[in-house]
Amino acid sequence: MHSLIQALILGILTSGVYALMASGQTLIFGIMKVINLAQGAFVVLSAYLSYSLLTAWGIDPFLSILITTPVLFALGVGIQWALLRPLHKDDAAELSLLVTFAVALGLEGLLSATYSTTFRSIQPGYENFSWTVLGYQVNAVRLFAFVLSLLMLAALYLLLQRTKFGRAIRATVQNPMAAQLLGVNSRLVAALGFGLGAATAAAAGAVFGIITPFNSGSHYDLISRLLTIVVLGGLGSIGGSIIAALVMGVGTALVSALASPIWSDFTFFVVLLLVLLLRPQGLLGAKIRGAL
Amino acid sequence: MTRAGLIRAAVFFGLLLVMPFAIGPQWVMNLLIFTIMYAGLASSWNLVGGYAGYPSLGHAAFFGVGAYSVALIFRDSVGDGYAPFFVLPLIGIGAALLSVPIGWIAMRTRADVFAIVTITLLFVAQSLAYNLRDLTGGAQGMGVAVPPFPIETYTWPFYYAMLVLLAVAMGISFYFRRSKIGLSLSAVRADEDKAHGVGVHVGAVKVLAFAVSVGVVAMIGGVWAFYIGFIYPAFAVDPLITIGMVLMTFLGGRATLWGPVIGAFILVPAQQFFAYQFGASQFYLLAYAAIFLIIMLVLPRGILPTIAGRLSRWRLRRLGDVPIPDVATESDSEALAGQAADSEGKAR
Repeated sequence: MHSLIQALILGILTSGVYALMASGQTLIFGIMKVINLAQGAFVVLSAYLSYSLLTAWGIDPFLSILITTPVLFALGVGIQWALLRPLHKDDAAELSLLVTFAVALGLEGLLSATYSTTFRSIQPGYENFSWTVLGYQVNAVRLFAFVLSLLMLAALYLLLQRTKFGRAIRATVQNPMAAQLLGVNSRLVAALGFGLGAATAAAAGAVFGIITPFNSGSHYDLISRLLTIVVLGGLGSIGGSIIAALVMGVGTALVSALASPIWSDFTFFVVLLLVLLLRPQGLLGAKIRGAL
Repeated sequence: MTRAGLIRAAVFFGLLLVMPFAIGPQWVMNLLIFTIMYAGLASSWNLVGGYAGYPSLGHAAFFGVGAYSVALIFRDSVGDGYAPFFVLPLIGIGAALLSVPIGWIAMRTRADVFAIVTITLLFVAQSLAYNLRDLTGGAQGMGVAVPPFPIETYTWPFYYAMLVLLAVAMGISFYFRRSKIGLSLSAVRADEDKAHGVGVHVGAVKVLAFAVSVGVVAMIGGVWAFYIGFIYPAFAVDPLITIGMVLMTFLGGRATLWGPVIGAFILVPAQQFFAYQFGASQFYLLAYAAIFLIIMLVLPRGILPTIAGRLSRWRLRRLGDVPIPDVATESDSEALAGQAADSEGKAR
């Protein structure tokens, strides 16, 4: 029982990070109907950036987010502008999928050329610190990460709900054509939205780098988890992806605790198949897509 | 088959049949084996990714299934060395059956989600290959027994096995194009809802294409494992294999008979050249990504459909007719399926 609750705590805390990554992923899909296979690579890239900022200048990984977020935002906008925008409209859905895959491969190549492929982890010095509450370990970094993720998600929510840009994004998600007719610059929204999605990877990457050892190939594992979360939540629904992240985070923690970590990846796949079998639109998909 | 098509196929396979007698150096033979292997893989991928327009990113999982099947069955001995080739059809059928439930579930949704499911499948398969140590040997990999083929012609059986599998893949591809299956798949690719509406059995035909496609891929994986003799999870279930198939098909031309083959005969030697030039895998990945992006941006329809489109426009223009609109026409049978889909315009 003790280990079960411990696993539960761990699962909930970890799910915050996944929720953050997945919200960016699902945002991009909502706006552009593009499945961004490079989201995992963005996360790994930000993890490496935070790692370098820490080892080179001693910048705390949580502070480095302030630097990496604009970088990732710019990268996202650049990729959308240079590689996705020019795609021929008829084939855009299929081609953009492959283009983002190519971007992921390119980033992987770049990162393994720069950092080699040995596993690294960000070690700010407090990575193992934890509090004991009622006999349960609460890891400080994971708790910070969880709180940070909530803050970022809240910021994202405010951005989408309370600003003109957010309204333009939501309009594009709901009906691109109508949004365009009403004067929304859909190209700009697409570029900035892709940047925003990439930017969520920055914060997630710093935290991911502290709690998990990573190398340039880690994005494969990440992307399959992220995609499962996004499908489970309902493609395009940020609220759904948060709930899905919680479900998957707790689920895998329990499977790891009860059976073995080996099967936790497999759990993701089985859940994915079950979702598609029982509720293909995901938890909060389709009908209220874009309602957040 | 038109006479020109028949001659083309006869010349191509005839040349490849006598190739081993003409080639001296071992590395050329090796390069040819891999080229033919990728031509077969890409041709199989084309059945789903090209004709049906469902971009599978998980074919490498089935390549791995085939590879590990051969390794598991023939870990200790292969007798006279030819037994694995006769077991291959069983492996192919097994992989095809395995793929039916996955394909059935994954194809209930549209191409986006299908890609998600297949890419997830790929990484699950890789993680299982790493983690089921008792079965696969984990990261240490596992060996296949060495067949007692004579040294001078050691590679020949593998070469001809790959060639037969390429012929099988292209044969199926050709059959698809001529039959109702291919028409149904083209209809699915162009507009699935309408296809369903006019009575195409969309579900069945998609699952069939997927199963046949991965069945051939698994057989090729089996020959590959036997040929290289020692397999690791990182190479047997490799995203780069998937990417190879996709890239070659796109380069040559989706939904064409010869496109994937042309793509393989261009890219595999190029790939070997990069690997040789840059050595370290990092730059190799970068080069791969760069080629990929260039193809997607510059030549999204692939070589064959682009040429066919140009050619037919040129022919029409020579007739001194009205101005030619910029849509592909269906004069060349080579690009028929692809162009039908292109000019229909996909509503996704």
